[in-house]
Amino acid sequence: MTAPLLELSNIGKQFGGLNALSEVSLHIRRGEIYGLIGPNGAGKTTLFNIITGLYQLNAGEFNFNGRSYQTAKPHVLAQAGIARTFQNIRLFANLTALENVMTGRHTRTQAGVFGALLRNRSTRDEERASTERARELLSYVGIASAHQMLAKNLSYGEQRRLEIARALATDPLLLALDEPAAGMNATETESLKALLQDIRSIGVTVVLIEHDVKLIMGLCDRVAVLDYGRKIAEGVPEQVRRDPAVIAAYLGGEDE
Amino acid sequence: MKKYKFSKQNMLFGLLLIAVLLLPFVTDALLGRGWVRIMDFAMLYIMLALGLNIVVGYAGLLDLGYIAFFAVGAYCYALAGSPHLAMAFPMLFPEGLHLSFWLVVPLAALLAGGFGVLLGAPTLRLRGDYLAIVTLGFGEIIRIFMNNLNAPVNLTNGPQGISRIDPISVAGVSLNATQEVFGITLPSVHLYFYLFLGFAALVVFVSHRLEKSRIGRAWMAIREDEIAAASMGINTRNLKLLAFAMGAMFGGVSGTLFAGFQGFVSPESFSLMESIMVLCMVVLGGMGNIYGVILGGLLLALLPEVLRHSVVPLQQAVFGKTLIDPESLRMLLFGTALIMVMLYRPAGLWPSRVRRRELASDETAS
Repeated sequence: MTAPLLELSNIGKQFGGLNALSEVSLHIRRGEIYGLIGPNGAGKTTLFNIITGLYQLNAGEFNFNGRSYQTAKPHVLAQAGIARTFQNIRLFANLTALENVMTGRHTRTQAGVFGALLRNRSTRDEERASTERARELLSYVGIASAHQMLAKNLSYGEQRRLEIARALATDPLLLALDEPAAGMNATETESLKALLQDIRSIGVTVVLIEHDVKLIMGLCDRVAVLDYGRKIAEGVPEQVRRDPAVIAAYLGGEDE
Repeated sequence: MKKYKFSKQNMLFGLLLIAVLLLPFVTDALLGRGWVRIMDFAMLYIMLALGLNIVVGYAGLLDLGYIAFFAVGAYCYALAGSPHLAMAFPMLFPEGLHLSFWLVVPLAALLAGGFGVLLGAPTLRLRGDYLAIVTLGFGEIIRIFMNNLNAPVNLTNGPQGISRIDPISVAGVSLNATQEVFGITLPSVHLYFYLFLGFAALVVFVSHRLEKSRIGRAWMAIREDEIAAASMGINTRNLKLLAFAMGAMFGGVSGTLFAGFQGFVSPESFSLMESIMVLCMVVLGGMGNIYGVILGGLLLALLPEVLRHSVVPLQQAVFGKTLIDPESLRMLLFGTALIMVMLYRPAGLWPSRVRRRELASDETAS
């Protein structure tokens, strides 16, 4: 079997005296949909921030696609192939939907200042290709008609989709989604599920944080549960759901 | 449909061009030569505002010390194009340096760009108010240096400033004298107007190309959300430094023009008030929109002069004496205008986007 796409070994992250994550190990395989669940404050988003370079880890190892990214900056990890969405949507509010997605192409394009000024053939070709790809992605996530709208004027569901399109524009190997279904109704969640399954089918590995248990159970190949910065369970969804430690974490254990 | 609109646009552009080319003559005939000089300064301010627009409008980095780059450019040409260096280094330059203006422009652009990076590097982690304070300090540092670098070696001649700067010449023709071109008599101020117009057009061109490019989009992404931008693979450090450098280069080039035009520079031309003035032009006109910024620059450069020429006669006519001196009234009106704009048009007089979105909805409709 090939090496996992993302490999975290015993990673730890402290904020002052607080252990946000301790000794967490995860292996995400190529082509799977991996769920990350846990109560609020369990360290899920912290883990996302580490794998996208917003935080630097204090302990442990972080390997992605066969290389170590111990202290990499966000743009390096984006270049390496990790793209993300945010729990509270962070779009470029005053840019159009199309420009938002084209910004995602930044790391796969080259034109610099001279290219911009001279607008030579290669720059024009690159720009045309970026626009083309961005339009494709917008229709892929189902918001093609909104391409000239400012991101801030899109509906909530459209904004979530736009964030996914923007992340896909970076040609990621791993797509990290932080609560993609938050605030969505049942129908919207259902179509999100179909979209994520399709994203997996085009070869992108997906890791998602989610509170919607139904979505997690129906979508994920494997699930890990975090509680107080530790991984308390991992496995196929059915198995994890019956794990006593998980039930205790969600419903309160004996000692509380 | 589209073709027709395009040609109409071209026609409008042509008319505008003719109007601008005739402007010095019309102004001269109607208002007098002093006003042509004022238009020249307005052109310089427009260039400065467009330069600052890159930093503030595109990349969203609040810079309150922008005039420092203008100062760097101005002193660059003042030193390289006047007899002053003979005073500082009599052995090296017995006659002063007297470099050609056209050689100094790229040098000044590079030097100012370097200063831009110098300012940018330590402020990369700062945002908003904190960045504003540091840039403000930087602006003052440059001015104070200019003010005090007359000892131990007299480099800047201190508060007295540097005078007798060579006038700018184009292809061997000095712009400081009246010239005949194709039978048309062009006084010096007209000549400078056309020179500045050319430079301003270049600045507009560069701004426009940058805005609609990969780099411009990355700047705007940083402005909108730095963390999201970084997560999308944008190297925020390099792009912020690039924004500072590009903005500073425009400032530096405008500075050389200013020095050549005035023939004299002194530190008092580069006070904090000037930085704030240029920032006001950008904000008032419409951050991030080239046309808005041009409008802002034009309005704020001309307004004080209009007031100067209208306030005193008006008061004389109404009250029979001058109650408020125009200088203080100017600040009062400025303040009021800014508050009004912030209240009623928070995105500026001519905000970006609006027009483009109109065009876009036209396109989808047709």
